[in-house]
Amino acid sequence: MSVVEKAVNLLRDRLGEDVQEVITFRDQTTVVLESSAIVNACTLLRDHAEFDFLAALTAVDYWPEEPRFKIVYQLYSLPQKVFLGLNVFISSEDAELPTMETVFPNANWHEREIFDMFGISFEGHSDLRRIIMPHDWQGHPLRKDYPLGYEEVQFTFNFDEIDRRKPYAKE
Amino acid sequence: MLQEQTDITVDELRHLISDRALTGETMLLNMGPQHPSTHGVLRLLLELDGERIISCIPDIGFLHTGIEKNMEAKTYEKALVMTDRMDYLNNLGNNLCYVLAIEKLVDLDVPDRAKVIRVILAELQRISSHLVFLATHALDIGAMSVFLYCFRERELILDIFEMCSGARMMTSFFRPGGLWRDIPDGFEAVVRDFLNAFPKRIKQYEDLLTNNPLYVERTKMIGPISGEDALRWGLSGPPLRAAGVAWDLRKSNPYSGYEQYDFEIPTGTNGDVYDRYIVRINEMRQSLRIIEQALNNLPGGPVRSDNRKFVPPPRAELGTSMEAVIHHFKLWTEGFPAPKASVYVAVESPRGELGCYLEGDGGPKPYRVHFRTPSFAVLQTLPMMSEGFLVADLVAIISSLDPVLGDSDR
Amino acid sequence: MGIESKLGNLGIVTTTLEQVVNWSRTRAMWPMLFGLACCAIEMMAAQSADYDMSRFGMELMRASPRQSDLMIVAGRVTRKMAPVLRRLYDQMPDPKWVVAMGDCCSCGGVFNNYAVVPGVDEIVPVDVYVAGCPPRPEGLIHGILTLHEKVMGEKIKDYA
Repeated sequence: MSVVEKAVNLLRDRLGEDVQEVITFRDQTTVVLESSAIVNACTLLRDHAEFDFLAALTAVDYWPEEPRFKIVYQLYSLPQKVFLGLNVFISSEDAELPTMETVFPNANWHEREIFDMFGISFEGHSDLRRIIMPHDWQGHPLRKDYPLGYEEVQFTFNFDEIDRRKPYAKE
Repeated sequence: MLQEQTDITVDELRHLISDRALTGETMLLNMGPQHPSTHGVLRLLLELDGERIISCIPDIGFLHTGIEKNMEAKTYEKALVMTDRMDYLNNLGNNLCYVLAIEKLVDLDVPDRAKVIRVILAELQRISSHLVFLATHALDIGAMSVFLYCFRERELILDIFEMCSGARMMTSFFRPGGLWRDIPDGFEAVVRDFLNAFPKRIKQYEDLLTNNPLYVERTKMIGPISGEDALRWGLSGPPLRAAGVAWDLRKSNPYSGYEQYDFEIPTGTNGDVYDRYIVRINEMRQSLRIIEQALNNLPGGPVRSDNRKFVPPPRAELGTSMEAVIHHFKLWTEGFPAPKASVYVAVESPRGELGCYLEGDGGPKPYRVHFRTPSFAVLQTLPMMSEGFLVADLVAIISSLDPVLGDSDR
Repeated sequence: MGIESKLGNLGIVTTTLEQVVNWSRTRAMWPMLFGLACCAIEMMAAQSADYDMSRFGMELMRASPRQSDLMIVAGRVTRKMAPVLRRLYDQMPDPKWVVAMGDCCSCGGVFNNYAVVPGVDEIVPVDVYVAGCPPRPEGLIHGILTLHEKVMGEKIKDYA
């Protein structure tokens, strides 16, 4: 039995119903979990299955479908040299998750970035404030209902028209 | 137009600075985004007791270009152009990570010749990135001549890139399925010249710095970190290897044919600034070994996959074959579709683990692209590493971690 | 050396104040270190030995805005960085010039989104735009020489 299969069986044994689905795609395994069980799952994987490195932590927005957000964790095991993905789905009314900072301290900035870009707050986080956008920015840019901010390109045919309304600095 | 920004007040940061700052006993100093030694636009809020740092709060985001959201608006191949500009010292490495993710997602094969050339160019890029590290690191410590020497060598590598792709830095040379075009005729000769000339140059840099008592005094036992701490805090790449943990993605999860090459992983012991410098110097030597082995075993054949659903046909075919015209039309107007699934691919960039999380939705544009960049993870450890040291040591620590702010802010 | 040997031991050179002032401004223009992104690496390469910029009087990059007169904005300017850039421009003493190096600060470049200011000329008045992504070091030097020509053509009644 491979390392990843052992880890998945460990999760199924300890967490039971909280393991919703196991997806294998192009020989990469992803376990879909209940949002309340994620910290337990990572602690188990870190202590008993040698997954000691949190490689990536990100989020995906599925607006307007519900559940709206999917949080993606990628764990890596240095002794066994395998990656394992964990997915958690949360809805937009209840956009909150327990923090992973106690299990893997490097989740600190990753969770701040998710808060900044998606508006998902993490309870128990030591320092939840914006990290990449200016600290008084309104809105969460990577959400699907946030506009790209696309500006009209100044081609030759509309050069003068845009030139008139472009705010040039005088001095 | 300028958005009037209010500055962060001390109240919001109270949990990060010590109580002595509120009484005025220690000084809060802003090491602003524009500073000669912050390696880009990194803002640090330092709490200083004289010259000693009590705490250091990094403030990033001054180079945030919204690349991830912008890539969602372009097709897969057009979005490749934006990956060059993320970590601007490792353009081909970023291309490689994204292209490997696409190839994994749509299950596209890559010919062997393309894999070997990818390895050669990625290792050359690694050497050029380490040269810039050495140049700026030595410049921060005060050795200005090393800066000029390293940039002189880097010009040789940039000439090679320009010969292949036409651009010095933003090459976008790796495409889904292989390379953009085959390497030109004089490539092997130029690379062999470089391989012959470079070891003497590395020796020149080592003569200047490695046993120099001034350099050793400024870098030994500065900013040390243990192996377990480094792993818990998400360090990877040369800072982690300098702390003693021998993890290199090229050896543990090889990609693009790295398992065929014989090279070592240099490690250090203390995880301080000096060890990180030694690790990077030795990595340059190992890269030369890899390039030589790859060049000796360069197979012939095509450089791009011929799966016409994803790779455009060569222009010569358009005159004769109707399917070629149809494929060309579809790829140029719409792009190729990807399945509704997600992959995560990690490569070893000169700074650490560069990972790409790519999610498709059945359409021609990526639904979500996220890059797990090493500089973002590395800058997190800066407060921990710099506590108790002088401001001049902080400069050495930042330059030894080798953050690239385009990488960190995306 | 050249003039005295041609005209003999005259000891007097006649010129206009305007020419002297402009000439001295161009020959020792100190750039301010404002490298933001990828163009900064090409700016550093232009500073290094292969494409030496110190032959134009720009030996060092001054980090302090109070001691520099040329701001080479190299790289993309984001909305978070924009007020900082304006503040630094205001801190520079007159006479000052701005070179927008690269596509991102000339017009927004490859990026067209919420985070990048499309063109640094929305924040500071620009004298010379250098195109390229990133421009070659020779391109930057050509831009600087164009700036020198512009400065040599300035009239004293505009700034005196």
